[in-house]
Amino acid sequence: MTAALRAVGLTKVWGAFAANSDVSLELAPGARHALIGPNGAGKTTFINLLTGSLPPTKGEVFLGETRVTRLTQHERVKLGMTRTFQINTLFEGLTVLESVMLAVCERTGAAWDWRHTAASRTREAAEAMELLRTLRLDSEAATITRQLPYGKQRLVEIALALATRPKLLLLDEPAAGIPAAETGEVFAVLAGLPADVTILFIEHDMELVFRFAERITVMVGGRVLMSGTPDEVSSDARVREVYLGDAQDA
Amino acid sequence: METGRWKPAEIAFWLVPVACYFLFPGYLVLGSQILAVALFALSLDLILGYAGIVSLGHAAFFGLGAYTAGLLSARWGWHEPLSALAAGGVIAAAAGFLASFLVVRGSDLTRLMVTLGIGLLLYEAANKAAFLTGGVDGLSGMANGKILGVWGFGLRGHTAYVYSFTILLILFVLVRRLIHSPFGLSLRGIREGRKRMPAIGAPVMWRLVAVYTVAAAIAGIAGALLAQTTQFVGLDVFSFQRSAELMIMVVLGGAGRLYGAILGAAVFMIVQDYLSGINPVYWQFWLGLLLVAMVLLARGGLMGALDALAARAKRR
Repeated sequence: MTAALRAVGLTKVWGAFAANSDVSLELAPGARHALIGPNGAGKTTFINLLTGSLPPTKGEVFLGETRVTRLTQHERVKLGMTRTFQINTLFEGLTVLESVMLAVCERTGAAWDWRHTAASRTREAAEAMELLRTLRLDSEAATITRQLPYGKQRLVEIALALATRPKLLLLDEPAAGIPAAETGEVFAVLAGLPADVTILFIEHDMELVFRFAERITVMVGGRVLMSGTPDEVSSDARVREVYLGDAQDA
Repeated sequence: METGRWKPAEIAFWLVPVACYFLFPGYLVLGSQILAVALFALSLDLILGYAGIVSLGHAAFFGLGAYTAGLLSARWGWHEPLSALAAGGVIAAAAGFLASFLVVRGSDLTRLMVTLGIGLLLYEAANKAAFLTGGVDGLSGMANGKILGVWGFGLRGHTAYVYSFTILLILFVLVRRLIHSPFGLSLRGIREGRKRMPAIGAPVMWRLVAVYTVAAAIAGIAGALLAQTTQFVGLDVFSFQRSAELMIMVVLGGAGRLYGAILGAAVFMIVQDYLSGINPVYWQFWLGLLLVAMVLLARGGLMGALDALAARAKRR
């Protein structure tokens, strides 16, 4: 079966510093794959290279059978590759509904429509509201995004990504900054996504990683240290040494 | 989300220029100029207030529109006003489209410098091409034919006022529709979260190219309108001062509010007319004072101040 995502030898070099060196990764369709590693391991850089927000120094990215290395960010989104951000990157002055509607309109092509009011695009509005209901954000639909509590803003991050109907979802620490008691809510949403959506997520909370991921890739110093099942990763001596040691002992 | 329905306050707003036509028949020439400049301000608000593109050279498009209409009439004998107006818009739109590729990339500072540069280039080009434009003496000798073959431009400015008002209103309705549309929402998206837009699949550059071209077209029509109503085009249509004053008008009225641009242009020009009547040399002193007071005391310009007043009245 064709991999949902294939990164081949991705390298990003700034001067003498290599943020990513020869990183390769393959995700099966519908995979729930975690990317872990200590701070500075190059995980976010890798996501930036995959999505096209950074051009790679070397290497290729394939989405299904399509080579997307030279495509722009928005062209990759159109092909089904969407990301969320580690630090909320939202439309602060728009309401929650407007924000999600914006993403829905981009997907349907309605965003070029200048003749009808956005409010009259009932199909897009209904879809946006439905998505907000799924994420239990419907009561916040009319709230200006910047006025939302942080945890809810993290959910808007995910709502924006889901509105593009991704085939491949790249989540950069989706639960970052959310109180521990509320992280379950975020992952419950992700667990409820259709099985054919492939998910690659960066996460520091090992409990969440081991609960949610079917496979894990460990990055250290811009390189892939190993990939494997949660059991293989947790029993790997190198991983325990560089990253999991403290978490496992605790 | 805005439904796009016209609110009573909006209808009341548009009745003011209608009332002015009857109440101040001696000021219709000034009134026509205010309406043309209001249209120009509206075009800047579209890119500054909604898409977040700063510009110190928007007069470039205004000037192109003005010279297009001026040259058509004064040099090439084309006196039909509506087609000359449209020609001004088309030429400015073409220039806006080409310039947009330089403007939409880069930071605010880059944009300020590039737009400023384009304005200066055109100013000097018009100055140099004196055989065509009249150079520093300006382009005179324009004559307007009748509008739709019926209404002639008289000396007292009745036709010019109604003509300017109609053009402003039509283009305002179109811009208002654009702002409330999904396209307008995407412009606000770019202003509020430019980094996020590509990540939801938005071709930011093309969206900005589109709005910049539309704004340039409207600025061109505004320039052509002013040229037709004053029957003169001076080099100052391209001047830096015109671009800078335009930005003051939009900020004064409240950027990103549509009505703010029109209100800002009207207040600026009325105050300018009144103060320069009192003292033709030092009027900018009072204008400066007004501007500083507005920025410090009323966030969001005049429209922001009106909002604050309305909110206070509601609380009582």
